[in-house]
Amino acid sequence: MTGAQSLVRSLEEVGCEVVFGIPGGTILPAYDPLLDSTRVRHVLVRHEQGAGHAATGYAQATGKVGVCMATSGPGATNLVTPLADAYMDSIPVVAITGQQTRPLIGTDAFQEADITGITMPITKHNMLVTDPAEIPRAVMEAFHLASTGRPGPVLVDIPKDVLQERTVFSWPPEMKLPGYRPTTRPHGKQIREAAKLMCTAKQPVFYVGGGVLKAEATAELRELAELTGIPVVTTLMARGAFPDSHPQHVGMPGMHGTVAAVAAMQKADLLVALGARFDDRVTGQLSTFAPNATVVHADIDPAEISKNRRADVPIVGDCKEVISELIDAVRAEKANGSADLTAWWRQLDEYRSTYPLGYDWPADGSLSPQYVIERIGGIAGPDAVYVAGVGQHQMWAAQFISYEKPRSWLNSGGLGTMGFAVPAAMGAKMARPDAVVWAIDGDGCFQMTNQELATCAIENIPIKVAVINNGNLGMVRQWQNLFYSERYSNTDLGTHKHRIPDFKLLAEAMGCVGLRAESKEEVDKVIKQAMEIDDRPVVIDFVVGADAQVWPMVAAGTGNDQIMAARDIRPLFDSDEIVADDATASSRMTREA
Amino acid sequence: MTQRHTLSVLVEDKPGVLARVSGLFSRRGFNIESLAVGPTEHPEVSRMTIVVAVDDFPLEQVTKQLNKLVHVIKIVELEPSASVQRELLLVKVRADPSVRSQVLEIVDLFRAKAVDVTPEALTIEATGTAEKLGALLKNLEPFGIREMVQSGMVAVGRGPRSITAAAVR
Repeated sequence: MTGAQSLVRSLEEVGCEVVFGIPGGTILPAYDPLLDSTRVRHVLVRHEQGAGHAATGYAQATGKVGVCMATSGPGATNLVTPLADAYMDSIPVVAITGQQTRPLIGTDAFQEADITGITMPITKHNMLVTDPAEIPRAVMEAFHLASTGRPGPVLVDIPKDVLQERTVFSWPPEMKLPGYRPTTRPHGKQIREAAKLMCTAKQPVFYVGGGVLKAEATAELRELAELTGIPVVTTLMARGAFPDSHPQHVGMPGMHGTVAAVAAMQKADLLVALGARFDDRVTGQLSTFAPNATVVHADIDPAEISKNRRADVPIVGDCKEVISELIDAVRAEKANGSADLTAWWRQLDEYRSTYPLGYDWPADGSLSPQYVIERIGGIAGPDAVYVAGVGQHQMWAAQFISYEKPRSWLNSGGLGTMGFAVPAAMGAKMARPDAVVWAIDGDGCFQMTNQELATCAIENIPIKVAVINNGNLGMVRQWQNLFYSERYSNTDLGTHKHRIPDFKLLAEAMGCVGLRAESKEEVDKVIKQAMEIDDRPVVIDFVVGADAQVWPMVAAGTGNDQIMAARDIRPLFDSDEIVADDATASSRMTREA
Repeated sequence: MTQRHTLSVLVEDKPGVLARVSGLFSRRGFNIESLAVGPTEHPEVSRMTIVVAVDDFPLEQVTKQLNKLVHVIKIVELEPSASVQRELLLVKVRADPSVRSQVLEIVDLFRAKAVDVTPEALTIEATGTAEKLGALLKNLEPFGIREMVQSGMVAVGRGPRSITAAAVR
């Protein structure tokens, strides 16, 4: 058989069911046998970036490896953004790219790009296959690397003549990865040490990150949380890892987290970080983050431990194994008694009741974006999958939808990729056709990748898209409002002023149902209408007020103690500090912004 | 305190591995002082000796990041006191017949070798620690150094143990 046939057979053997991609010159040989495959379905996207994010959405919604394919040169470089995105959020993705023929490599040939060189810093690993006999091994290694240890994207670049050459296919190939040995079993001594701290701490917090979802450890987490009674915060990447409705859940921490979650971390005497990476959006200014906390840090990637915040008890291991062993160790430790958390909970409950998440309706009578998102969550419920773009709508979707189940919330956390929602929702819907999949997008984001609606309409992938249309690049506008003296430089997109594009008409042009809501009364009606449609994608243009803002907020560069529940309300300051620190805080905010 | 650290890095002998390693250093904001790559007793394994000046804590971070590279098999930090560390120097010194004997005297003193002689210049080969080579150069300087080239450091731990034996099957 040819190298191309070997590639398709290999994809079949590793269990790949869907490939998102676009053919082109150098990858053409692979598309020929793909036509005959009954096990691999190819979804023809409209832009390679869409293929990459679709593969990411597919992977995030299931835990399986998402696969995308592109030709050399521009096809491959269009994958750069989604690969960087998947790298930052540790998503198992395999990208297969065509490459110029071996004799032409390095000659600036037509559609040649050094994609392994380009993607070196944004992939977990990549490889250039120069011998067709190596194709099965390359594919198997790529899937293994992408999905084990700390997951991440892997790119396999194959020259066209390698795809065309005759070769012999044999499966399974032997993997040769002498330098790749992820540690999954945690160290017993560290586990016992952590368990001891968890039973003696007076103000402990579980700081839960996306690693818990990736390790499929949510049941274990719940057991450990209930066993210890310790409060839980779930990061942006971990929403759904612990039920929002659970009384021990105190919310999302970080820049736009709840006051209770941020306060819990700031005042904690013990932070138990599980599959989290102390990202700057969570810690704020590092030097003032959780100043009194002893840190237990469990992660499968040893390089994450003590990267930003020194860990007192480092634990390298898979979160499922770590948490399971912690449960046993805590059970044993509890025989010696455990600390009383009543006072701690009283403190946190006060924060929860004094500073719940909330929003005001816009003064100008326009529709509240938070209300729209809250209603989508209310109507579609906890079994739906919610996929966000990046910006205000993303934060509101993280705040005002109640996540009860793992893999029900997908977003671009680390890279913050605008345009993520529509293609990622497409991938999620492919992965879980029985689930209702809502893309919650902004009007800025939506205009970056909405061409994949055509893919969805033609390939019968009936996603639902809520465009939270405030006419602006909302998050940037919010910063201009707060830190740039309300000078709104280049944030008005004209989607209100000129209604260009008209999202309803755009949706219809793309073969979708287009709906619009501009008042509170219409919101439930259009959402329910969208829920009824299952034979086509639906796009709803929610025309909302431009002035709504995301609160609470820890301004970039400031400490978490300066979290503002709303404009000018700083709950974590001691009252005597307020006057003095107000000036420094606002000057620091201005500088940083 | 910023200190000089010597890392021995065993890597798979694959195309691009040097780019992966050096790229990681620059990406994470670390400066490589010297880097030498060469074969080992195992044909599929190369050995890099990397000298980097960083604090202990960032060094731990860079080591962990290096370890994540799939082609990196093993990393060992070699303490100067417990290892033999050598660099190679080739230096072309102005040496007409009037000063040649003085130059050769210095060459002898440093147990270096003259490897090329012309009426105007001598080319000298020397190996040793960075300090020794520095001292040699200082002594040669007055005669006029026309050209010099120096290798990165290579190093091996003292004693019978091998860092490759356990790492390579």
